[in-house]
Amino acid sequence: MATKVIMPQLGESVVEGTVSRWLKREGDTVNEYEALLEVSTDKVDTEVPSPASGTVLKIYVEEGETVQAGVLLAVIGEPGEPIPEADEGGTQDHHGHGGNGSKQEPQPVAAPAKAMATAQSSGSGYTGHITPVVARMVAEHNIDLSQIKGTGRGGRITKKDVLAYLKQREQGDVQDLPPWEQPGDGELFKPTDSFAVQTKAQPAPPPAKPVAPAASPAPPSPTPQGTPGELVQLSNIRRAIAEHMVRSKLHTSPHVSTIFEIDMGAVLDHYHATKPIFAKQGVRLTLTAYFMAASVVALRENPYINSQWTDEGIYLHHAMNIGMAVAIPDGLIVPVIKNAQDLNLMGLARAVTDLAERARNKQLHPDEVQGGTFTITNHGVSGSLFATPIINQPQVAILGIGKLEKRVKVINDAIAIRPMLYASLTFDHRVIDGATGDAFMASFQRVLENWRE
Amino acid sequence: MAQMTLIQAITQAMDEELARDPRVFITGEDVGKRGGVFRATMGLIEKYGPERVVDSPLAELSIVAIGIGAALADLRPICEIQFADFIHPAFNQIANEAARFYYRSNGQWRVPMVIRSPYGGGISGALYHSQSVEAFFAHVPGLKVVIPSTPYDAKGLLKSAVRDPNPVLFFEPKKGYRAIKGDVPEEEYIVPIGPARIAREGEDISVFAYGMMAYYAEIAAEQVAQEGISAEVVDLRTLAPVDRDAIRNSVMKTGKALVVYEDNLTLGYGAEIAAIIADECFEYMDGPVKRLAGPDVPGVPFSHPMQDFFMPNPNKIADAIRDLVAY
Repeated sequence: MATKVIMPQLGESVVEGTVSRWLKREGDTVNEYEALLEVSTDKVDTEVPSPASGTVLKIYVEEGETVQAGVLLAVIGEPGEPIPEADEGGTQDHHGHGGNGSKQEPQPVAAPAKAMATAQSSGSGYTGHITPVVARMVAEHNIDLSQIKGTGRGGRITKKDVLAYLKQREQGDVQDLPPWEQPGDGELFKPTDSFAVQTKAQPAPPPAKPVAPAASPAPPSPTPQGTPGELVQLSNIRRAIAEHMVRSKLHTSPHVSTIFEIDMGAVLDHYHATKPIFAKQGVRLTLTAYFMAASVVALRENPYINSQWTDEGIYLHHAMNIGMAVAIPDGLIVPVIKNAQDLNLMGLARAVTDLAERARNKQLHPDEVQGGTFTITNHGVSGSLFATPIINQPQVAILGIGKLEKRVKVINDAIAIRPMLYASLTFDHRVIDGATGDAFMASFQRVLENWRE
Repeated sequence: MAQMTLIQAITQAMDEELARDPRVFITGEDVGKRGGVFRATMGLIEKYGPERVVDSPLAELSIVAIGIGAALADLRPICEIQFADFIHPAFNQIANEAARFYYRSNGQWRVPMVIRSPYGGGISGALYHSQSVEAFFAHVPGLKVVIPSTPYDAKGLLKSAVRDPNPVLFFEPKKGYRAIKGDVPEEEYIVPIGPARIAREGEDISVFAYGMMAYYAEIAAEQVAQEGISAEVVDLRTLAPVDRDAIRNSVMKTGKALVVYEDNLTLGYGAEIAAIIADECFEYMDGPVKRLAGPDVPGVPFSHPMQDFFMPNPNKIADAIRDLVAY
């Protein structure tokens, strides 16, 4: 029997994805777990493994198309096997929009929203919440909930409603779902049944963050005419970065920066002594781990840096979820080390290495790039001495680490050669005043210059 | 078959067990000459003599301690605690000694003892004559806890309790002593400790209860049946060990569960039933598990309006059923 490949739900709040590239074509053979296609969301790009071994019989969703999680993308099976036909035009509704991805600005938000509205209006007053027993029956009987009229409180679909519907269906009063709407087979993180069911069950939530910057209009930027050049298509991630930067710097936070110079001698002594010890335990120690550790101490001493502006007041986060900016070929991504305050140097080193590697290999889960409360960007690795990065909203500060190099330093009126770097804190002046920002940096500097563990 | 009250069935059970086994004896406050404060042991001292129906001092600790000693000496004591409210001085004997003796002696010693006690509110008994104490004891491994709601079960379960090799707490819904009547066969029978009783079959909702609340739940189920709601009533009968299969089977059928108990809501026995349902029946639930119980106040109030406020009753149960069925 043919196996269906469906759009996986890549994170809690990620309800749709764009097929950015098919790694296999129709007629190609593919092995189970072999990468089959690349999917991009506004958070990350990721490869989707094949849920089965076989031949790619049919691809329903072309590159560039954005579809809801749970939508049938392709079918894998034996050559000659019958496959579900998506020829009734109705599939367009479920696939978002047609294959216009390469032409001009895609409308990834609007199209699924429309499909959703149709589903709701054709249905039932369905409130979006279902009970466990209804969820189970939906899965067992391949039920489209929009076909059922709920009689429970607030239009909730009850077990009785489902039983009545099933009885009707047995008598042939309603039609089965077309094959491409039925859930595929598989397991996590292969595209799965439960994802499909979940999606059908909860059509309501809108995408967490629109990809197109509707909220903060940037000035129009027409394509130059008559000037020799070439147009590079905007990737989702590029678009998201652009939107975010404009929103953060121009529409949200008044940015101010302060710069400290830090003597890294103590850290480097410790680093060289400790690196081989950590290596024996399979942990790659990097200086970033020290910056994380020092940030934890400095954030604890200066809690306003680990906060967020709200209309009601300044929200001080108890968890220190520290993001670290990682350059990737398409742009920039900021995986987050959750609860960094609970980790020692080894734990931080392990987390830093793991997240950075997976960021570069496109293996991050969208949840891993969300929920940050503070960010570190180590721009020194590309030679930069100091920089004034843009705050990662809704955070209020970002720490920039410059290039580490030996510099001449006057100590006790003698000229010394010391390993130095510039570190900058760029902060949101709505929340943080200069003195607070400097206090944070003084803490950060004190921890690093007096490092011992 | 004879119609009798709950308390008549209890008296009859003790009478038959006293006659059946010479090792059985009764002790407690006023159980002898006075025949018990509720008349549960009426006529027994005349029939079996003061050595087998023994008036005790006003000291619950010693009533239970004497029972434990006698049970270890291979007698079959039935200890009566006049009101469950007064069982607390004996808690140490029950929880620390009776419950654990078998385990502590690596199976060499058993405590085949029954502790009978009337419990529950709604009789204007106020703080010291209305308490529900079953949760304390159902919590302790090594104890069996039984609460009947019909004369048939009261007789059959009490006879099982007397014959059980373990300590059994047998709590009797005192409001139902004379209010609840039912058929009891002439011939000898027992009701095994453990299985629950499906008091009424239904499709839309399961109501779990015991004691007076099981009796009320049946009345409530009858009320809502007029409105087309089919409520299943499960009388748990044995609280420890509880009949998980019966709970599961009922909830898997109906998808909705209401647990009724007259003890204070928080950490009452019904909380465990709710937990079992949440744990074992999640994928069958068509609504949240609901509890209807007494409020978390220090006592069942004496004032009648306040007592009514405290106690679950058929109308409150019917309302809770309607509410959950509509979910």
